[in-house]
Amino acid sequence: MFIFVASLLTYLLLVWSGDAIPLGEVLIGLLLAGVVTLAFKAWHPDRQLSRRGLDPRRWVNFVVYLFGPFAAGLAKANIDVAIRVITGKIRPGIVKVSPGLKSDLARTVLANSITLTPGTLTVDIDDAGGYYIHWLYVEDEDPSEEQLYGSFAKWARRLAE
Amino acid sequence: MIVFLLVTLALIVSLFFNTLGAVSLYRFPDVYTRLHGATKCTTFGTIFIVAAVLVYSIGRMGGEPRFRVLFVHSIFALMVLLITNATGAHALARASHRSGLLPVGAVVDRLEERRNGGEAL
Repeated sequence: MFIFVASLLTYLLLVWSGDAIPLGEVLIGLLLAGVVTLAFKAWHPDRQLSRRGLDPRRWVNFVVYLFGPFAAGLAKANIDVAIRVITGKIRPGIVKVSPGLKSDLARTVLANSITLTPGTLTVDIDDAGGYYIHWLYVEDEDPSEEQLYGSFAKWARRLAE
Repeated sequence: MIVFLLVTLALIVSLFFNTLGAVSLYRFPDVYTRLHGATKCTTFGTIFIVAAVLVYSIGRMGGEPRFRVLFVHSIFALMVLLITNATGAHALARASHRSGLLPVGAVVDRLEERRNGGEAL
């Protein structure tokens, strides 16, 4: 369900030219979104079409996360990395953390948040949900989750599990 | 006037971070640390470029509809950038490590330890 609505909205917003959208474009959009949804279904036959992705509360939560803790972490870490670029003071290494996330979506949200935050970069993930993270300045060889990415795991759990 | 000031400010910030991204390619020793500099500083820099476009189009929105379109399309560009940047950096780092490129000067490498321990990933 979510993929259908997302494709349709993306198409309509991309063809929108400031005025009302002509009916023909809406029909083409519906057709394309249908094709995309069917293709996705054929690719992942085990996935059920559900309405969970359309729950507005999840989207409000997501926007709050994006502009709250995530933006704060992004800004802080960007300045930190900028200073490290100038001074050249680095202590790189690959550390492991196990936040214990179950669903694929939650893991993706967390991995992407970690990679987008400067100074940390997700290199690999194992089947048990352990993250291998390249860290620009290793403070601790066995770091806590708090040290590495603050409250991101808590948010990923709330958003996608 | 205030629009002009905000746009200039955003462009200066973005220029600063994009320059640092380029500098980091020279200063950092290996592919992983360079990925930090190149993708992250550039992300922040590019976010501010998009912010400048957004502020400018808000300033001109009252007049012509094409600035409303510009606004929406910039937000799209930002979303695509945030997703592809993270995914691309991760894919490069993962491929590098799998092809045996070890981080230079690393104090700890848990991934290599795990591989030497004989566990398949």
